Amino acid sequence: MTTALELRDLRKTYANGLEALKGVSLSVREGDFFALLGPNGAGKSTAIGIVCSLVNKSGGSVHIFGHDLDGDLAAAKRHLGLVPQEFNFNVWEPVEEILVNQAGYYGIPASEAVPRAERYLKQLGLWDKRHGMARDLSGGMKRRLMIARALVHEPRLLILDEPTAGVDIELRRSMWRFLRELNAQGTTIILTTHYLEEAESLCRNIAIIDHGQIVEDSDMKSLLNKLNLQTLILDLAEPLAALPDLGHFPLRGVDAQTLEVDVSREHDLNALFAALDRHGLRVVSLRNKSNRLEELFVRLIEEGKLRGHGAAGGGA
Amino acid sequence: MSRLARYRVAFWTILVKEVRRYLRIWVQTVVPAAISTALYFLIFGQLIGSRIGDMDGHRYIDFIVPGVIMMAIINNAYSNVVSSFFSAKFQRHVEEMLVSPMPNAVILLGFVSGGVARGLTVGVAVTLVSTLFIDLQVHHLGLTLAVAVLTATLFALGGFINGVYAKSFDDISIIPTFVLTPLIYLGGVFYSIELLPEFWHGVSLFNPILYMINAFRYGFLGVADIAIGTAFSIIGLFIVGLYLFALWLLERGVGTRS
Repeated sequence: MTTALELRDLRKTYANGLEALKGVSLSVREGDFFALLGPNGAGKSTAIGIVCSLVNKSGGSVHIFGHDLDGDLAAAKRHLGLVPQEFNFNVWEPVEEILVNQAGYYGIPASEAVPRAERYLKQLGLWDKRHGMARDLSGGMKRRLMIARALVHEPRLLILDEPTAGVDIELRRSMWRFLRELNAQGTTIILTTHYLEEAESLCRNIAIIDHGQIVEDSDMKSLLNKLNLQTLILDLAEPLAALPDLGHFPLRGVDAQTLEVDVSREHDLNALFAALDRHGLRVVSLRNKSNRLEELFVRLIEEGKLRGHGAAGGGA
Repeated sequence: MSRLARYRVAFWTILVKEVRRYLRIWVQTVVPAAISTALYFLIFGQLIGSRIGDMDGHRYIDFIVPGVIMMAIINNAYSNVVSSFFSAKFQRHVEEMLVSPMPNAVILLGFVSGGVARGLTVGVAVTLVSTLFIDLQVHHLGLTLAVAVLTATLFALGGFINGVYAKSFDDISIIPTFVLTPLIYLGGVFYSIELLPEFWHGVSLFNPILYMINAFRYGFLGVADIAIGTAFSIIGLFIVGLYLFALWLLERGVGTRS
């Protein structure tokens, strides 16, 4: 299968000496829905900036659908669409004009750009705002405008940097649906987000970057399988007088009708429910205490910190 | 579609966007120049000029009209590009262009052409205003238009370089205020350098704007303080030098990429 994006030993040292990327290598297959996660300042935006030619790299190479950014920049860029984290359109321009102009920068004449703008503005619910100035849009509409703008030249690879930051739940869900459909139609999507539920729900493959290095690069299922303990919250039908002993399932009381239970990978949920049943406890609802990916993410970042501290300690 | 055809579409997109931008705010971009030059013509040309007498064999008001038109062209070509490119950086929508496949030369030519378009639009407006005060004669129409377009191109390039380096709104007004305005006023808009003492006459010859204003005046009146060939050579050299420098700045990402 074709590789949509390939980073090889990508390095970036800023003028102030900050080493933002320390040799990042990454491969994203065509058609993938890929999550690039990492804490603030980990190097995600620098990596995206280099891929989109907004940041000069210090070393390494970038290939987009086989086109080298150093050797065939124009061909590489033609396949790429970017939805940046911050609003970066001219707020004094009408909405439709922003899309038609963006298409024009890619050499798409107005006769072709106008129908495309109409299609994407309609799909993203902005058609009735097409003549209004961009500054008059709400925050959620501005986010959708940036997605429409990134799609107007119909890129094969779409990079979204925190596309749903500050967006309400309803709109976020509708954006997820839209992105899923887009991916199903063949567009490769790379997503950075702080909403790990979003990454878990949408993405098939994932890389975690921390301190300018990739600390995890695998498919979502394998990564989640590394989680060997999850904490569930159980809401009971009736109040509990005393905590029963469930053996392999340590229980903690949150309140009279709510319990927390740790379930390891060696034990299945059927065994948990059988134990609850034996003690006459009826469960009316169940949920994860935290998002599974979030738990893994925090653990990986913490491990990275410990490794970093260890190395520093060893050197002292 | 060929690569060249795509670049042509990209160039027109920037040019049309720039023209729309300054026409959308015509009260800020076109009207002030027309009003201030009308005042120049009224005060310096008619009221004071009638007492000054002839300059280089022409009525004083006839003498200053080409210089005042050129002043408007220079200021507007420069300010259009510097403010537009700096705003694009400030609001970060320059990234729309930087992530696209269009070459830096197309970005540069698009912005510069926008500046030339505004310079010429304002130049035409000021010329129309001047017809309220004088019976306008054009000695060499082709030469006049060539000097106008080339000078607007030169200062649009200057405005682009200023916009690349600018980090704040103060930075886009420093060069126009402290460099351009003195050079324009001392470049023979309101006087012939033949009136100056020998030393200052010699110093004035180092002012490149003198050549542009005089070449433009030659197009209207058929008189100039300098050789027209020299003026075209100087304008051409500056255009080539500034174009190459501006393109190099874009290629290096100075002011646009980290």
